[in-house]
Amino acid sequence: MGDIFVLIISCIFINNIVLAQYLGNCPFLGTSKKMETAVGMAMAVIFVLTMAGIITWIINTYFLVGLGIEFLRTIAFILVIASLVQFVEMFLKKSIPALYAGLGIFLPLITTNCAVMGVCLINVQEEFSFVEALISSIAYAVGFGLALILFTGVRERVILGRVPKPLQDTSIGLVTAGVISLAFFAFKGMV
Amino acid sequence: MLESVLFTLGLGLIIGLALSFASRIFYVYEDPRIAKVENLLAGANCGGCGYAGCSAAAEAVVKGEAPPNVCILDSKENVDKIAEIMGLEAGSAEPLKSFNDCEGGSRATDRFYYNGLNSCKAVASLYGGKRDCWIGCLGFGDCIRACGFDAIKMGENGYPVINKEKCVGCGACERACPKPILKVRTMTDRLLHLNAEDDALAPCAQTCPAEIDIPRYIQHIRHGEYEEAVNTIRERNPLLLACGRVCPHPCESWCRRGIEDEPVAINHLKRFVADYEMNSGNRIPIGKAPDTGKRVAVIGGGPAGLSCAYFLQRAGHRASIFEAMPKLGGMLRYGIPEYRLPKKVLDWEIEGILNLGIEHHTNVRLGRDFEFGALIAAGFDAIFFSIGAWNDYRLKIPGEELNGCYTGIDFLSRIGNEEPLTIGKRVAVIGGGNTAIDCARTLVRKGCDKVHLVYRRTRKEMPANDVEIEAAEHEGIEFIFLASPNRVTGDDQERVTGLEYLKMELGEPDASGRRRPVAIEGSETVLDVDMIITAIGQSPSAEFRGKGDRLDDISWTRWNTFEVDPATHQTNVPYIFAAGDAATGPALVVDAIGGGRKAARSIDLFLKGKPVVPQPKAILNKHIEETIFDSVLGIEKTDRVEAPEIPVSERIDNFDEVDLVISEESALREANRCLHCCRLCYDPDQARV
Ligand SMILES: Cc1cc2nc3c(=O)[nH]c(=O)nc-3n(C[C@H](O)[C@H](O)[C@H](O)COP(=O)(O)OP(=O)(O)OC[C@H]3O[C@@H](n4cnc5c(N)ncnc54)[C@H](O)[C@@H]3O)c2cc1C
Repeated sequence: MGDIFVLIISCIFINNIVLAQYLGNCPFLGTSKKMETAVGMAMAVIFVLTMAGIITWIINTYFLVGLGIEFLRTIAFILVIASLVQFVEMFLKKSIPALYAGLGIFLPLITTNCAVMGVCLINVQEEFSFVEALISSIAYAVGFGLALILFTGVRERVILGRVPKPLQDTSIGLVTAGVISLAFFAFKGMV
Repeated sequence: MLESVLFTLGLGLIIGLALSFASRIFYVYEDPRIAKVENLLAGANCGGCGYAGCSAAAEAVVKGEAPPNVCILDSKENVDKIAEIMGLEAGSAEPLKSFNDCEGGSRATDRFYYNGLNSCKAVASLYGGKRDCWIGCLGFGDCIRACGFDAIKMGENGYPVINKEKCVGCGACERACPKPILKVRTMTDRLLHLNAEDDALAPCAQTCPAEIDIPRYIQHIRHGEYEEAVNTIRERNPLLLACGRVCPHPCESWCRRGIEDEPVAINHLKRFVADYEMNSGNRIPIGKAPDTGKRVAVIGGGPAGLSCAYFLQRAGHRASIFEAMPKLGGMLRYGIPEYRLPKKVLDWEIEGILNLGIEHHTNVRLGRDFEFGALIAAGFDAIFFSIGAWNDYRLKIPGEELNGCYTGIDFLSRIGNEEPLTIGKRVAVIGGGNTAIDCARTLVRKGCDKVHLVYRRTRKEMPANDVEIEAAEHEGIEFIFLASPNRVTGDDQERVTGLEYLKMELGEPDASGRRRPVAIEGSETVLDVDMIITAIGQSPSAEFRGKGDRLDDISWTRWNTFEVDPATHQTNVPYIFAAGDAATGPALVVDAIGGGRKAARSIDLFLKGKPVVPQPKAILNKHIEETIFDSVLGIEKTDRVEAPEIPVSERIDNFDEVDLVISEESALREANRCLHCCRLCYDPDQARV
């Protein structure tokens, strides 16, 4: 039980996927201008990452390792994630149109979110058990959401400040991200 | 090696199968045109069109919500191809355009010192951006930076000015503006928008029952842009020649200049530009939205009917007017006499409205010449009632049936219709409203020796327009106040010989706040007359009721008027709407015009399949509290322009128009008296003549 707790904390805070591992920067910068969008993106990522984490773990454990063809991992994962997103999109469109409309353009965007791929690969490299893989996927996704929402909150305030012209918009965004990332390093001392 | 090949093939097979099955199971029907249209869009997902990505835009195009040229990056050929897919002509949906409603009064100077980012959004989030007025423009130009088409420039006064030619209606400026003043709308949206709580409205514009943007058209006159002024009035009122002559201008009572000085002569200015257009001989073209193919029957061609038909037609629907009398115009033609509103002027104005393509049938009365069922069979999508109030009330006193007794509307409409009538020598007109005065003034012109106007209360309580009462006094009409008719006396040939009345005194105030007159016992007096006209009020005459069709389901008020939702003008039968005197009881021409437009808004919603609900925040001619002042600073008193009129001696024996139009010079002078007010600001400096 204690291990699981540590796993959750480390996935969300200490090894935060964006702020400590620098994955998923594209949607992190792209969808962080408005809180509404940020929340939508965070939800979509949590949903897709959890699914992707489980399925890729199964494929890896039972097929890739079983057959001794681990070198196909990247290709296989890309295929799985891409089709998974497609599948989820179709499913939501038919079954939960409201959620589909809410997530809108973010669903297909996740296909290109390297955080998803990253987490799947981490799960495998760390040789997690199924439960651990499940928990870490959710926790990483939550970490992504947390970082995105925090960052959006800051960015919404930043436009109020007097930012020198060359630093405006994305540049100040990157600087901000850096500062937040530094702040997250403090979590290293937690465990 | 073999394993890896097999695995990859297997994985591909499984995924392929899973996705194919999923597509089959989760298939949602999508109009095939959406995909076709999407292929023709630029595919940049830039959001410049205002939709969330290209597929959303394609969907909107197919649904008919966006025009084929929605994509701001698309080439001309692609736009044409999209139009072809949709079976439309390119650009046939109504274009969206940006409008800035705040033009700044005295605010540009007090741009406060502020150390943050020079952006409206930043200021608005820190201070609520309040300078003087919470809706006012902040002037940091977020809209200018947001515009990808170079269509907005900072104007001289520090307020954005939009170049209509360059504006593509993408909506970026509206999204960038933290205030509700920059709006991207179609013409129809603007025409049918009702004054709302957060609009840029001066007190006069809030008061006008037709909701005309008064400060804007006066500003146009000030700059000599008469055509623009006419267009601004026409956005709200298609009968400007008529209103310019007969409107009792409630707006002027709320004019801010009126607090310290005499109010601006708003209506004379309206008449000036309206006459300017007529006398120029050219009709200013009136814009129209693309045809929607929906048809609306308008019953009654008075101001309410004409206004509703006009706005529906401009919104792209097809209106057909059915009118009982030989000509259109309602009370404008058959009530208001020639000397106040010449028929030639009215004809010109109505012709301009009909030129929009409005179909009309005259000499057909619903309930006499055709039945309601015929309208339904003809396939009208909605029906609008504007039958006015033509049923004169009776006094219910003995002798009222004698020869020589008439009722007001009956009398005036027969004169208006040029029917021969025997006119008495000494006449009593009973009543104190416009109808009574118009009867009296008409009689004077018809050669009566003596015209008495008998009214129950005093002059102060008379509902007629003040100018009318004055003119009547000048023309020698004798007013008998505080008199209540008791009996009509007649001779043995059933001809009227006199009117007996009781003298009254004023007692306690009644429900309307006016003091109720009470009769003085034994004060019977006889007035020696040979003709009596009763003009004590009217109600709609609805002889089409009780024929066993859907019309019988309509609720009526106890005043015998249509019961409608005051905000939407819808009756309890969803496709039937009503406005004008038929819904309000006798009122003003502008009320009828405003009602017609409000009904047109609801009918437009109804025809587009949207719920007919009141517009949120509509003020419906109530005043916005913060905009009403007790005092105004910096006003120099100046004379209000007076309209020239023909002297009494020259007008008393003919029906020539009495009031004349003001000169261009006076109009410019008067326009300069306008403070160009908005909600809070006003500009006394500009108003120095
Ligand atoms: C004598 C007089 C003077 C006035 N002076 C002024 C003034 O100075 N200023 C001002 O602002 N207002 C004035 N008014 C008020 C103003 O004229 C009315 O409020 C206004 O005309 C109402 O417009 P409406 O369209 O509702 O009805 P109306 O103008 O009455 O038009 C109704 C039309 O419907 C037609 N109709 C009726 N029944 C049927 C049917 N069954 N089938 C088909 N058609 C039918 C009628 O023939 C008529 O043409 C005056 C009114 C009168 C009577």
